[in-house]
Amino acid sequence: MTTPKVISRNATSSELDSEYKWGFTMDIESDLSPKGLSEDIVRLISAKKKEPEWLLEWRLKAYRHWLKLKQQAPTWANVEHPPIDYQDIYYYAAPKSDAPKSLDEVDPEILAAFDKLGIPLQERERLAGVAVDAVVDSASVATTYKETLEKHGIIFCPISEAVQSHPDLVQKYLGSVVPFGDNFYATLNSAVFSDGSFVYIPKGVRCPIELMTYFRINQADSGQFERTLIIAEESSYVSYLEGCTAPARKTHQLHAAVVELVALNDSEIKYSTLQNWFPGDKDGNGGVYNFVTKRGLARKNAKISWTQVETGSAITWKYPSVILDGDNSVGEFYSVALVNNHQQADTGTKMIHKGKNTHSTIVAKGISAGEGNATYRGLVKILPSAAGAKNFTQCDSLLVGDKCGAHTVPYIEVKNPTAQLEHEASTSKVSDDQLFYCQQRGMSVEDAHFMIINGFCRGIFQELPFEFAMEASQLLKVSLEGAVG
Amino acid sequence: MTSALAKHAHYFADFQSLVHGRGACAPSWLQSLREDAWVKFNATGFPTSRRGNERWKYTNVGPIAKVNFGVTSQPPAVDGLKALVPDYKIDGSTVYDLVFVDGHYSPELSSPSHDSNGVIASSLVTATNDSNSVLESQVGHYACLDEDGFVALNTAFLNDGAYVHVVDGYPESLVVRLTYLTTNGVTAKVTHPRTLVVAGRNTDVTVVECYTGPQETSYLTNAVTEISVGEGANVGHYRLLLEGNKAFHVGVSRVSQKKDSSFNSASFALGTALARNDMEVLLDDSGAYCELNGLYLTADNQHIDNLISIDHAQPNCTSRLNYKGILDGKSKAVFGGEVMVRRQAQKSDAEQTDKNLVLSKLAEVDSKPSLLIYADDVKCSHGATAGHIDEDTLFYLRSRGLDLGAASRMLIHAFASEIIDTVKLEPLKDYLDTLFTAAIPDKSLTFGSAK
Repeated sequence: MTTPKVISRNATSSELDSEYKWGFTMDIESDLSPKGLSEDIVRLISAKKKEPEWLLEWRLKAYRHWLKLKQQAPTWANVEHPPIDYQDIYYYAAPKSDAPKSLDEVDPEILAAFDKLGIPLQERERLAGVAVDAVVDSASVATTYKETLEKHGIIFCPISEAVQSHPDLVQKYLGSVVPFGDNFYATLNSAVFSDGSFVYIPKGVRCPIELMTYFRINQADSGQFERTLIIAEESSYVSYLEGCTAPARKTHQLHAAVVELVALNDSEIKYSTLQNWFPGDKDGNGGVYNFVTKRGLARKNAKISWTQVETGSAITWKYPSVILDGDNSVGEFYSVALVNNHQQADTGTKMIHKGKNTHSTIVAKGISAGEGNATYRGLVKILPSAAGAKNFTQCDSLLVGDKCGAHTVPYIEVKNPTAQLEHEASTSKVSDDQLFYCQQRGMSVEDAHFMIINGFCRGIFQELPFEFAMEASQLLKVSLEGAVG
Repeated sequence: MTSALAKHAHYFADFQSLVHGRGACAPSWLQSLREDAWVKFNATGFPTSRRGNERWKYTNVGPIAKVNFGVTSQPPAVDGLKALVPDYKIDGSTVYDLVFVDGHYSPELSSPSHDSNGVIASSLVTATNDSNSVLESQVGHYACLDEDGFVALNTAFLNDGAYVHVVDGYPESLVVRLTYLTTNGVTAKVTHPRTLVVAGRNTDVTVVECYTGPQETSYLTNAVTEISVGEGANVGHYRLLLEGNKAFHVGVSRVSQKKDSSFNSASFALGTALARNDMEVLLDDSGAYCELNGLYLTADNQHIDNLISIDHAQPNCTSRLNYKGILDGKSKAVFGGEVMVRRQAQKSDAEQTDKNLVLSKLAEVDSKPSLLIYADDVKCSHGATAGHIDEDTLFYLRSRGLDLGAASRMLIHAFASEIIDTVKLEPLKDYLDTLFTAAIPDKSLTFGSAK
């Protein structure tokens, strides 16, 4: 079998069903660990990656801590799912072929698959100007533009490779922003993470191209636990993009990733995500549980900006955060979260202000359709040391249909009187007047809805790199199909 | 079970003496309600602020659980107590006064109404003895035992308490003043004030709940208030928390509104070492309107926790929530607001605001104004702010010749008056204005800029 197989969906309801065109599986032989989690599995993963002793110890510490937490998976989020059987998951699944030396050696099956995904993996797509690290299941399969980046001293490689080639950097920063005991899923990730991207931007370097990682879960019943670490040295700049897809399957898949950003003095990291994991079918069967911990540490005058477009996943549980540690540091969070059918999203951000004159901006747009529930949950914390801190938060929700829900749960903790905080939120449906106007100009109800929703999200899309913004807009359209009219 | 029993041993002893002593003559429904409540409390105990308990996330009731608060079995002599009851003349409407001292109804200080033609404003224990069927169906109907240990504990000790019932269509507007007074004592006292207000169809009643007690004495007030607002009724509700500076106060209010009814509430808090104001309004039929205002002024090590929920269960209801806080010293204010719009509650209109003025570097504000919305044709918004006084405004006043102290006081007073001005009873408004004006910390606001 040479062509990727497309799992056919419920044909009778195809008109209502939004097409998840990324729902194919790749027919790639996988190297699987036995199902279940144990100390042996942790050792196995570590051994497969030929990791140094300290990393194995770190994983084991996390694993032992996780055992203690076992009964305490977080329950505070506004999401519902049956309990997850952590012993029924493959913790390690990787395409079987050995690490390719060049693109020519990459399994053509994988290349074909990435072609289908529209990822500019091939050198011929050099014009796209994006360096890509593609991660299938748990292993990184190809990284492009490595040489170009090396000229600037930039390291962009799978984290498993960085452990071998730059152990000092990994050891210094791994777990420095998200410690292994941070939360239930981060602890699990620390124990079993298998791959992810590693980025290092040297002092004073402005990364000339966008860096991108493409994540894909392929193997059935497997969990994906990738770990990304980005370090921006003093006065450097990097823009990093992340995209995710998964095959359409009837069972749920667990995705528990950790992303750590370290922005040293005067540096800037811009992190954009287009999350399009399989959301499950229209009856809520299957789909990815996306339980992700993302956090950045901003030193003096540094800036960290998170932009996310969340259209996929059965459940999204994700709070990209910034610790504004240094004076004058800036944190930004721009988010569009769309839920349709039975999707649930509990997402938002945490801005922890420690340094003086730190500023943070939060703009979150939630769109609920079908029977989806979207919750914005965000924390703004001003510590006593954060004199002159400022925060502006705006959360808007749009409801499409009468069976969906939109919720806003902001937490505001202020321990310094000179801080200024503003929070505002509104919830409404698509205005009848606006719809009427569009229709009166000859647009169909569906097009009118889409145009208004697109306008609602415009501010966020503008924060995305250009190609991504186009894709995000398309994604939104596809995800909304069948929700109106 | 035994360990739980040992943990609440002193409450259990008090409970036993109530059910076998002065509470023994209660009707059987009340006796079994108390028993159920005790079992519930013994099983749940006091809430903990451990992770995951969102309702108590920022408030630790450990200090309350630690102290062996005891119920006073005998009411104290009333000599000199009259002066401790907050007094303000109300003209123009019929006024009933009910005063409770250390949890006991005080006939000497009260002016009740047993009016058979329409209004009952009396002690609950008197009313239960009249075997009132309304009472049986309403007590414990709104404040459920499952909510938390405090409601269960209050219900277990349900004996005295205020009962206000206005029959359907009663034409006159009424004011009922309820005063719950704790007196000085050798041991740490606990009272479990219970209030039930049933406002019939198209009635107009205002209830002023006032909780007060001595300074420098540690005591606990564990209050539960249930209010039923009938169709087209108009209920005013003022909650005055004027407890002593070492007092603990846990108050739970549950309000249920019928069609086209209106509920106007304002809560004022001063003093109190640890105060909790947990209020929930259920908009149970279309056209209901509720307005909840609040003002709290804290200093020193005080801690106040307001948890205000509005449940839009039916269509076409409107709610307005506006709480304001002034924080000084090392005090901490917690605001948890929750507006829930259920699926069928189309055309809901809700606004929620929490504004905090932080006057000291060590004060802390934790605010969580949340919106949970399941209907699409709604108009909901919320806002929260925290900050200090705007320096430009201060500068303006100083340029007009005011010194820093006077300018600061004027601005703080202006911040507070927005809430005080919502009080519709003029004498009460003046009384509160005087109280809050006197309590405004006398300080000059100079934080300097952070640059």
